[in-house]
Amino acid sequence: MGLFKHNRLLKLLGLAAGVLLLLAFMLASVLYGLQHFGVDEVWQAYADPDGSNEQIIITNTRVPRTFIGAVVGASLAMAGAMMQVLTRNPLASPSVFGINAGAVLFLVISLWIFGSGLLLGSMIWISFAGASVTALFVFLLGSRGKGGFEPVKLTLAGASVAAFASSVTSGIVLVNKQSLDQALFWMVGSVADREMEHLTVVLPYVAAGWALSMLLSGSLNVVALGDTVAKGLGQRLALIRLLSAIAIVLLAGGSVAVAGPIAFIGVIVPHLSRYFVGNDHRWLLPYCAVMGALLLVGADIASRFIIMPKEVPVGVATALLGVPFLIYVARRRTHA
Amino acid sequence: MLKAIKGRGHLIVLLLGLATLLLSLLSLSMGSTRIPVMEVVQTILGQNNESSGLVILEFRLPRIVAALLIGAAMAVSGVLLQGVIRNPLAAPDLLGVTGGASVAVVAFMTLSAGVYSIHFVPFIAIAGAFCAAAVNYVLAWKRGVSPLRLVLIGIGISTAMGALTTFLLINGPAYMASQVLNWLTGSIYGTNWKNVAALSPWVAAGLSVAYLYAKELDVLTLGEEIASGLGIRLQFNRLLLLAISVALSGAAVGVAGTISFIGLLAPHMARKLVGNSHRVLLPAAALLGAVILLLADLAGRMLFQPMDIPAGVFTAGIGAPFFMYLLYKSSR
Repeated sequence: MGLFKHNRLLKLLGLAAGVLLLLAFMLASVLYGLQHFGVDEVWQAYADPDGSNEQIIITNTRVPRTFIGAVVGASLAMAGAMMQVLTRNPLASPSVFGINAGAVLFLVISLWIFGSGLLLGSMIWISFAGASVTALFVFLLGSRGKGGFEPVKLTLAGASVAAFASSVTSGIVLVNKQSLDQALFWMVGSVADREMEHLTVVLPYVAAGWALSMLLSGSLNVVALGDTVAKGLGQRLALIRLLSAIAIVLLAGGSVAVAGPIAFIGVIVPHLSRYFVGNDHRWLLPYCAVMGALLLVGADIASRFIIMPKEVPVGVATALLGVPFLIYVARRRTHA
Repeated sequence: MLKAIKGRGHLIVLLLGLATLLLSLLSLSMGSTRIPVMEVVQTILGQNNESSGLVILEFRLPRIVAALLIGAAMAVSGVLLQGVIRNPLAAPDLLGVTGGASVAVVAFMTLSAGVYSIHFVPFIAIAGAFCAAAVNYVLAWKRGVSPLRLVLIGIGISTAMGALTTFLLINGPAYMASQVLNWLTGSIYGTNWKNVAALSPWVAAGLSVAYLYAKELDVLTLGEEIASGLGIRLQFNRLLLLAISVALSGAAVGVAGTISFIGLLAPHMARKLVGNSHRVLLPAAALLGAVILLLADLAGRMLFQPMDIPAGVFTAGIGAPFFMYLLYKSSR
């Protein structure tokens, strides 16, 4: 495990190559689809806008979905890696914190109460709030009592709260079918049909999440060694856990608010990244960010071509691209 | 001390058994027409020739028996999987069982377009479940399977299956989608004695073999080194227990569709109640699973009459608060 593990230069080069590849993918995502554009046309759309249909497609559709894909993919993968340390469970992902289920539940409840008068902008805040409240509840349930915080307790609390939230969600949807149509937009994760505004609203929070998680990366290495070792090395475990939880909520809550629940990336990208750089979180988190963004942007491009002229949900394309890698990496692990 | 815990475990299993029985009777008496419990008892004893007897014997009883069997099967399947994989997040859907069954059923429904009878669905689902689990096992095999490799590849397989299901749903005819979605939520609406007859051999065989291997499960839970140190045939036991787990959940999924939550959390509930020894854990989990699905089905029948809501919607709604309470209490 850790293909580049013993060579600093190799890790740095790998990261640089990843970033370059990501830029190429992002450019391709802007250029290719049902309609192909040239680089000069994209340039013109911003430098000299004439309001033509082509330019509107570029500025209002292609560019937003590209940036949303990159930001959401990066954030989900980083949140997943931190979640796997926090719960000490390789299967954990932000959704184990109840973040996705909570966001959707809050949305469905508010659609039920306020009807269709709800603006897109306020829906973003509602799902952010849902994600945070649920995660807070899970964190409290997982860290109270005499044993204090235990990874297993947190995991089980999260799994049950998530299950409960989605059960209530489907109950409400069944009773009130009208909220379904609107909620469906958020219940199926997607990076398409969003506006740049949606991203810029949450971007400060997500960026704070990036910064916070990078600040924590050194401490996470110690936490991963286990409670006794971490305490022995003088780490303030409770504080680190709380800050990690906050970072996860910022990252994954912001993502679900923009793109809806996108699964899979949060679980598998950390494993794919570990294959390259091992368990050092100072490297793992940046690798997760780049590879998560690569996977989601790549999947978004693929989703346009699979059944052209229709698009498949980005989750389908993510699976198509990600599963072969996952199987390869899982088989290559020397000790599992 | 140890004996006291053991005695408590048996007592809890006994209480759960009684609760299951009482709730079944209650559930038999409730419905669009209420039938007094005494009449229910008379009917089961064969002393009721009125129309209420028909309602009970032909409509309600098979459905309730199916709920009990399916709930127990899912819960035990989860116990086996969590014992073998040694991960609290392990659940039957993780091996691709539910995903495989879904793909098979959706493919069958969309491709056959109503030419073949709907009665084939359970068999198609079981075949799909087994295929997906087998692919998972083969891909995870590399001088033996390791639990982590199995679940990582399992995540991949189940995600791929989910993607395939979605893909088939979008490309298929629209009327098919609602039928399939109904199946996917998990419902035991309209189960009859034929379903029960098809289900019971699987469940009976699965539960009894699982119980026979309770000791091996205890040892496997201790970890790889200790297990092989104690002379357990690691790979053989893993394969056998996984196969039983797949058979149980496959059969359940075949009849009821994908019922979530029970396979994941009923085992944890049972652990909080009776501890980790599989000899009491297995029966306790089976009974808990049965009770949860029974209550979920009852809620689905009664809460929004005349609508019959799929039981899969309520399993977590009923089970999760109870589990959170157990989690809260055990941590004090």
